[in-house]
Amino acid sequence: MNFEMPQFAMAAPEIWLGVMLCVVLIADLFDRSQQSRLAFFLTQVTLLGAIGLALSTHWGVDRAITFNGMYVSDSLAAVLKVTVAGLSMVTLGYSRDYLRQRDLLKGEFYLLALIANLGMFVMASASSLLVLYVGLEMLSLSLYAMVAFDRDSRIGAEAAMKYFVLGALSSGMMLYGMSMIYGASGSLLIDTIATQAAAGDNLLLMAFGMTFALVGVAFKFGAAPFHMWLPDVYQGAPTSATAFLGTAPKIAALALFLRLLVDGLGDLHDQWQAMAVLLAVGSLAVGNLFALVQTNFKRMLAYSTISHIGFLFLGLIAGTPEGYSAALFYAISYGIMASGAFGMIILLSRRGFEAEMIDDMRGLNDRHSGFALVMLLLMFSMTGIPGTVGFYAKWLVLQSLIDTGMVWLAVVAVLFAVIGAFYYLRVLKAVYFDRLESPVPLEAPAGQRVIVALNGGVILLLGLFPDRLIEICRIALGL
Amino acid sequence: MLALSDYLVLSALLFSIGMAGIFLNRKNAIVLLMSIELILLAVNFNFIAFSHFLGDIHGQVFVFFILTVAAAESAIGLAILVVLFRNRDTINVADLDSMRG
Repeated sequence: MNFEMPQFAMAAPEIWLGVMLCVVLIADLFDRSQQSRLAFFLTQVTLLGAIGLALSTHWGVDRAITFNGMYVSDSLAAVLKVTVAGLSMVTLGYSRDYLRQRDLLKGEFYLLALIANLGMFVMASASSLLVLYVGLEMLSLSLYAMVAFDRDSRIGAEAAMKYFVLGALSSGMMLYGMSMIYGASGSLLIDTIATQAAAGDNLLLMAFGMTFALVGVAFKFGAAPFHMWLPDVYQGAPTSATAFLGTAPKIAALALFLRLLVDGLGDLHDQWQAMAVLLAVGSLAVGNLFALVQTNFKRMLAYSTISHIGFLFLGLIAGTPEGYSAALFYAISYGIMASGAFGMIILLSRRGFEAEMIDDMRGLNDRHSGFALVMLLLMFSMTGIPGTVGFYAKWLVLQSLIDTGMVWLAVVAVLFAVIGAFYYLRVLKAVYFDRLESPVPLEAPAGQRVIVALNGGVILLLGLFPDRLIEICRIALGL
Repeated sequence: MLALSDYLVLSALLFSIGMAGIFLNRKNAIVLLMSIELILLAVNFNFIAFSHFLGDIHGQVFVFFILTVAAAESAIGLAILVVLFRNRDTINVADLDSMRG
């Protein structure tokens, strides 16, 4: 094999992140303030820089490959990376006060977030099984540590243990599948695997490996029946960590799916389609039905995540670029909604008090009508009511399903969405119609108020003018 | 001379033992870590066997990465285990049930 100099400039976002996380690590050592202000500031600057670099190096590039075929630069990578870094910035912005009130405000939290971001960036640009795996583990290992960040929390430790065991198990499954795919195609490169899959050699072995790989991806998504870790982890982790791991890593899981099962094994679509249907319907059923009976808001959001993942899988089922772009749009809008919802929990919490029960939302309208309005937008958007971004997300997915002739699936999805409306509206009932005897006005730092307002504004704005984002998602999938 | 299928069967057995270890074990959380390690080693076995019979070196390179990541993974797993033990004075898997619903 000839050694050929890789084009380092193409990997500029990853290199920037890698260098800057070392800088954050060192800078935090010398920061004497107790607030890790420097680490926070540097992290946000790093992520902002990464967004800029991802846009300038990847956007508009038509699938350029370097590092001996292991690294791919295309518009899809740009969209995924910008979303991941943007959502990380928002969730880290939310979590600052939460961490300060619980004496958890350490530079390591930001460092772990940066390492997780690097892992997600690597996954978004991976064009080899090896790179995909390394990126995935970089993400997972830092997430395990983030969930266990509150050392004195009983349920935090339990959640971390569950997350670790099931996460490692899913990595093992995926690796087993990858080894079979390697055996069937004789290469680790996604492009070679794609040609081998198209040629139809060793199809049985390839399909066997694909099954394990799909199970691994489903675990990472949290799709039923591989969802059992998700509610416990969401509930047990500190809300700042939940907000982080509930948003950006979902985009990364989509990146994993698109790179491995679409770029690599797209020709096996007929074989994974049936499994994806099962995952989608299972997730819709489990997510929506279990969410109905929850009283814990974080746990309810976890089950609602599962149902949203089900919807996302519906977009992937179609197997057309239109379907994938609908799934990408869904993932992005879900990320925006989820970060807002966890931001609200953080906002309502105080020192020594977790506002994690739905009852804690009571009388929010009397306490602060602005926050109540954002809550209204969030819940409407998650339900899929027109005027919010969630409506277009669901609409695009359903459209892609109907275009491929799977009308029955669209009907099932709409039925479950109607069931879902019940528990979202129950939260709004608590916010608007349940009165408190003596409502305490809600105080929040100015920075957090701005982020919440922006978050709600984006949901409304994208709900009224979604064309630009839809267009971006279509370009990313080469339409 | 052993055929490729012999190696694959052995690794499938190791993989299954690891899986069973995770799902059947109700007692000690350290057994979970051992099972995870077993699963990863089974995967390594697969990669080396394929790499040898395909005459392609990349599979063996992958194994080095898996070994390294597995070491890091065990370190984090044990760290979480220590936190768990300090908070609850037990690492019994059956006791990890404080969250329901």
